[in-house]
Amino acid sequence: MNKIVEKEYFSENVVKLVVEAPLIAKSRKAGHFVIVRSGEKGERIPLTIAQADAEKGTITLVIQAVGKSTKKICALNVGDYLSDVVGPLGQATHIEKVGTVLCCGGGVGVAPLLPIVEAFKKAGNRVVVILAARTKDLIILEEQMRANADEVIIMTDDGSYGKKGLVTNGAEEVIQREKVDMCVTIGPAIMMKFVSLLTKKYEIPTVVSLNTIMVDGTGMCGACRITVGGKTKFVCVDGPEFDAHQVDFDEMLMRLSSYKEME
Amino acid sequence: MSKEDIAAQRATEWREALRKEKKNKDRIEIERVKMRELDPEYRITNNEEVNCGLTTEQALREASRCLDCPDPQCMQGCPVNIFIPTFIKNIERGEFLEAAKTLKMTSALPAVCGRVCPQEKQCESKCFYKLKLGKEPVAIGYLERFAADYERESGKMALPEIKEKNGIKIAVVGSGPAGLSFAGEMAKAGYSVTVFEALHEIGGVLKYGIPEFRLPNSIVDVEINNLRAMGVEFIADCIVGKTISYDDIHEMGFKGIFVASGAGLPRFMNIPGENLIGVMSSNEYLTRVNLMCAAQDDSDTPVIKGKRVAVIGGGNTAMDSVRTAKRVGAERAMIIYRRGEDEMPARREEIHHAKQEGVEFLTLHNPIEYLGNEKGKVTAVRLQKMQLGEPDASGRRSPEPIPGAIETIEVDEVIVSVGVSPNPLIPNAIKGLEISKKGTIIVNEETMRSDLNDLYAGGDIVRGGATVILAMGDGRRAAKAMNEAIRNNKL
Ligand SMILES: Cc1cc2nc3c(=O)[nH]c(=O)nc-3n(C[C@H](O)[C@H](O)[C@H](O)COP(=O)(O)OP(=O)(O)OC[C@H]3O[C@@H](n4cnc5c(N)ncnc54)[C@H](O)[C@@H]3O)c2cc1C
Ligand code: FES
Repeated sequence: MNKIVEKEYFSENVVKLVVEAPLIAKSRKAGHFVIVRSGEKGERIPLTIAQADAEKGTITLVIQAVGKSTKKICALNVGDYLSDVVGPLGQATHIEKVGTVLCCGGGVGVAPLLPIVEAFKKAGNRVVVILAARTKDLIILEEQMRANADEVIIMTDDGSYGKKGLVTNGAEEVIQREKVDMCVTIGPAIMMKFVSLLTKKYEIPTVVSLNTIMVDGTGMCGACRITVGGKTKFVCVDGPEFDAHQVDFDEMLMRLSSYKEME
Repeated sequence: MSKEDIAAQRATEWREALRKEKKNKDRIEIERVKMRELDPEYRITNNEEVNCGLTTEQALREASRCLDCPDPQCMQGCPVNIFIPTFIKNIERGEFLEAAKTLKMTSALPAVCGRVCPQEKQCESKCFYKLKLGKEPVAIGYLERFAADYERESGKMALPEIKEKNGIKIAVVGSGPAGLSFAGEMAKAGYSVTVFEALHEIGGVLKYGIPEFRLPNSIVDVEINNLRAMGVEFIADCIVGKTISYDDIHEMGFKGIFVASGAGLPRFMNIPGENLIGVMSSNEYLTRVNLMCAAQDDSDTPVIKGKRVAVIGGGNTAMDSVRTAKRVGAERAMIIYRRGEDEMPARREEIHHAKQEGVEFLTLHNPIEYLGNEKGKVTAVRLQKMQLGEPDASGRRSPEPIPGAIETIEVDEVIVSVGVSPNPLIPNAIKGLEISKKGTIIVNEETMRSDLNDLYAGGDIVRGGATVILAMGDGRRAAKAMNEAIRNNKL
């Protein structure tokens, strides 16, 4: 049982929860995730650790209410408990000094991007962040990003905030403007696919963090499998980060819809 | 266990009297008991346990078949050498609690083993009836279950005697049969035992793998609660190697570690279409249904309820999956196996039950491709027909494709059950631990100690996919060796 100690709405459907999990807070690194279960009949769902405070023994999760389980979790309040939080899972992000890193975040993918931005900056890189969303109200964590990145570019589909356009428009502008040594992109699968196509054109090494369907999160079931470079990989143990240019996004998009009709 | 022990038990007065009471010639005339089973039509509509257990009369009668051999071969067939004639003769004289006590001298989980052990390959295969008389063996497994169930249901389940607490902390990784039996033995010897489990439930494969209709969870829970009552602490949601490290375990003051992390990694066949929607491992399927209760309406976890389900493989896991699919609502549930039925590793009983339940067996068929629709959902499987060739190194006749004999059948769900590999989490997380090519932890077979002084291991992480009884036996042996090492200040 893990107590919720803080709750904040980033937008109508995106909630930040700070949860007690002392052991995880101590051992987690950027890129790790946890598996959460909201109650006795709850589903096991993966959530990236956005931040952690080892001293207070807490981790921060950012959840977008999209399905039955995420809605249940978002409805919990301070003082309530998650029945299970297990982790940290997956491989940590490989952080090194490469020069300029372009970080593209879309939707709720912005939350897991934050610790990666922090870590790349700390390692001495120039970090340019693009935050993209449909409309102004859905842009989250802007302040925290600004505190960590060298530059933050906002893109909205409807032009209500920042520049009008897709994340790929913003990314291409940066790539044409300056030398980008590496790109990290986290967001909806379809967005990651198009960013990946773009950076492939410019031959920029690109890392994606994938959020597939999972059950155990420890390599036991294979629900999370995807194809990378022609080989089957388990996202929960081999990932969640992969070389974007090797990922079969079409297959992943398909597999993500496995249970759509049943919800 | 020595020959003298067996002889001494056999020489007790009451047993001599029992032997005299009935002549062997009368004993061997009695037919082997048939356990009542739920009707197949009824049982595929629910999850109730299929085998109903023996009545007291049945158990008494079956126990009287046992000839109380002077050199009981059945005990050699049992991986943990249960004192089989002693417990059976206790049943014959009506001392059921005493029979249960005898079982517990060497087996930590008799109610579980009585249900899931492949007795036909172990104790019962060595029975005098089978070997010398060419008759059906004494139903040792049924009697084991009877005694264990009687004890549990009597409410007189005695906690074993526990030595005075010695204050020494021991850690266990994984709560399957290996971890549970190790924990029980060490608790009895006075140690403070903590079991760390990665999942949210305690019990390992007994909970997430083996279905309710073969092994009810309530039976496993009784054993777990007994361990709790003996002072064993269980910590769920804690992955050793992730949540806490090997070093953390030392820092927390644990003196010895027993790794029983199982063979959790599912294998796939790497054939085209295996990542289509509706194709999954048996681990995923069974975990969804058993651990997450996905087939129940009030569960948040979904599961695909296929109408035409193909299960690939011929082991217990395949049988459990296909029988589960029947219960979840499949109209056509098929086993697809590349060898013949005789080569199937599953228990005979499971094959028999599956057939009764209407499962189709497509033996000598091997999947070569899955086909899908525009949404990426599996719609068909292409099967290569096989024939049996010459026996291979393992003595099994190896299947060969019949050129050109390919068949396509419609399916909407495929469950791949072609084996598991050892869970690589611990081997990857602990530096210096010696690992075999197959990914199992290498241990001394006597002591179960690894190349790291304070780390012992047992069960499927050492053997690859094996059995409950072997896992349990490993746990006991490791406990004995670790206890000795600690007492001799070698740890
Ligand atoms: C569907 C199915 C049916 C079977 N039927 C039979 C049968 O009829 N008869 C029979 O004898 N055998 C059967 N078996 C095999 C038998 O269940 C196994 O051999 C046995 O359970 C192995 O026991 P174990 O204790 O080694 O591991 P497991 O039971 O696999 O338990 C390992 C536990 O460790 C946990 N774990 C793993 N890594 C970590 C970590 N790093 N930190 C913390 N915890 C961890 C896992 O979550 C798991 O709970 C069956 C297996 C399956 C899957
Ligand atoms: S979630 Fe089960 S293997 Fe990855």
